[in-house]
Amino acid sequence: MRLIEKVGSWFDDRLKVAETIRETAEHPVPRNTASWFYVFGSAAITVFMLQIFTGILLAAIYVPSAGEAWNSLQILNHEITLGWFIRALHGWGSDFMVAIVLIHMIQVFLFGAYKFPRELTWILGVFLLLATLVMAFSGQVLRFDQDAYWGLGIGASILSRIPIIGPWGVHLMLGGPIIAGTTLTRFFALHVFIVPGVLIAFIAVHLLLVIKLGINDWPMPGRIVRRATYMQEYHELTHKEGIPFVPAAVWKDIVFSGFILLAVAACAIFLGPFGPNGQPDPTIIETSPSPDFFFLWLYAMLSYLPPESETPILLIGPAVGILVLLALPFFAGEGEKSWKRRPIAVMTVLLVAVSLGTLTHAAIHPAWSPVMDAWSSMPIPPQFLKELTPLERQGALVFQAKQCRACHALDHTGGKRGPELDEVAIRLTHDQLIRQVIQGGGNMPAYGKNLTPAETTALVSFLDTLYPPDKIPARDASQREISLNPK
Amino acid sequence: MTTENDISRREVLMKIGLFFNGLVGFALAIPIVRYIMSPVAKARKDREQSWLSLGDVGQFPAGETRLATYRNPVVNAWDGETADVPCWVRRIDTQTFQVFAINCAHLGCPVHWFPQSNLFLCPCHGGAYYQDGSRASGPPERGLFEIHYKIDNGNLLIKAGEMPTPGRAAIPAGGKSTCA
Repeated sequence: MRLIEKVGSWFDDRLKVAETIRETAEHPVPRNTASWFYVFGSAAITVFMLQIFTGILLAAIYVPSAGEAWNSLQILNHEITLGWFIRALHGWGSDFMVAIVLIHMIQVFLFGAYKFPRELTWILGVFLLLATLVMAFSGQVLRFDQDAYWGLGIGASILSRIPIIGPWGVHLMLGGPIIAGTTLTRFFALHVFIVPGVLIAFIAVHLLLVIKLGINDWPMPGRIVRRATYMQEYHELTHKEGIPFVPAAVWKDIVFSGFILLAVAACAIFLGPFGPNGQPDPTIIETSPSPDFFFLWLYAMLSYLPPESETPILLIGPAVGILVLLALPFFAGEGEKSWKRRPIAVMTVLLVAVSLGTLTHAAIHPAWSPVMDAWSSMPIPPQFLKELTPLERQGALVFQAKQCRACHALDHTGGKRGPELDEVAIRLTHDQLIRQVIQGGGNMPAYGKNLTPAETTALVSFLDTLYPPDKIPARDASQREISLNPK
Repeated sequence: MTTENDISRREVLMKIGLFFNGLVGFALAIPIVRYIMSPVAKARKDREQSWLSLGDVGQFPAGETRLATYRNPVVNAWDGETADVPCWVRRIDTQTFQVFAINCAHLGCPVHWFPQSNLFLCPCHGGAYYQDGSRASGPPERGLFEIHYKIDNGNLLIKAGEMPTPGRAAIPAGGKSTCA
């Protein structure tokens, strides 16, 4: 024991840091901030350190070459001892990191932590969130598979829509005219050097500010933040009734971080690594690319926005969102901190959470993607074929062979891009069906040139049979008059 | 008097040193920026589009649309299979073709051709195009990207080498006159 003390003091005689470290660790914090609500920031740093560590381990094997990356991932998954586990830790760590950073942000927003004097801490936090999202996207690119390849194409297509500089931006992003070797190497540099460097620097300043300004006090309804008096009030909170950060508050951070690491490891063991899926070979076009979990909401939004408003919303929306987040501490730097007295803040969080959640849910089973193989893999359910005339059966065949099922479901099987047609005959009359098939419209292609008159007749006579037995099919009012009064 | 002179002399020397470093930094920044911007500079010189053969015209039957593949003209040794780019070739009659980029005009996903319904469908967000590449329905704001072609000694040649994107296509790059 004496030897350790001796060695320790030998080093500290030269380094002179022990006093600073002890003061920092034992700095007083307000008593009620030793709370389970205050553990997310430290958990985010813990997961970030896990990402650095597992990332270095992966970089020891991974080859950032368009021709070899996919193979090196296969070797990591199948040949290197526990390579799959390190990949799984890194992949799940990424999802946990985005989730924890988002929860941390919601918590500090609802607790009013962005108000005076912690404006800069919040602004750095916004940049840390953006950097985390860049890490998540570039990480998906390094998992160089079909989703990564076509995901890059989607990124380039969005980027190209920026007026004037868009097409240049595409070349800069791809490192050339197409998605190829130089694209992967620059995303490797981004993911492994540039953004982690930014993250480390910003986290350092973010933490320095937390220590210099003190952790945000627990918001009490009615305790108003005022620039003139806040510092004095906070000083009293910490120095009169405060507790030392170590060990009084830090134990909850340590326990929660350990729990999060355990959760990441459990996901890695039981759910395994992410992909890679198909080879990044653009000539294999049988693929349905979709993004990773935290970008699914964007995938949904790109489908639901009307075509003409897509580009402006896509380009202006994120810029406005980021500006609002950055400007928040400047137009709401004082006042109530407690979420109990800030209904608009609570509603905003709920609205954003419900919107993103709904879009993500919609994107898990995307209704807008046609089911490309429905025409050959999903037969027409038999109940729709009973007691049909030969012409109507021929129509059912046309319905199947012309890929109508790619977008239209029968009995919940088939695409959901167009309406389900189980009851179409009670919505559209015979003539309206003919018009819809031939002219299209309402987001349906026109089939006029692609169907012979005989095929159209057969198809529409089949569609005419699609109504439940207890309902009456739609009829043209004038036709009804003719059928009631034949003369 | 002498101390004041000393301080001001040191300050001047420090400022000269800073200015010198700024000068060197600026000089170094020029090649660094040129290095970073080299993909853009190359693209502006329009060196990336060249005539490529898709093979004998005989392999494309009239009235049909078939998938063809070419090796991108600008290739690095480590590109692997990513430099093999597909495209759709529609032969209308003996001399008339249409060549479409594989990328959907919405967000660049690969479109599939369905000969039964004469439609191109995109698996991502459901963009649909007619057989002549014009927009049929869905989120794309325009038809498929068409690639210039010519027939030379019974070979189908296309002018390609760059991934088409919605923004890029808005710039008139060469026009349509190159068709032979």
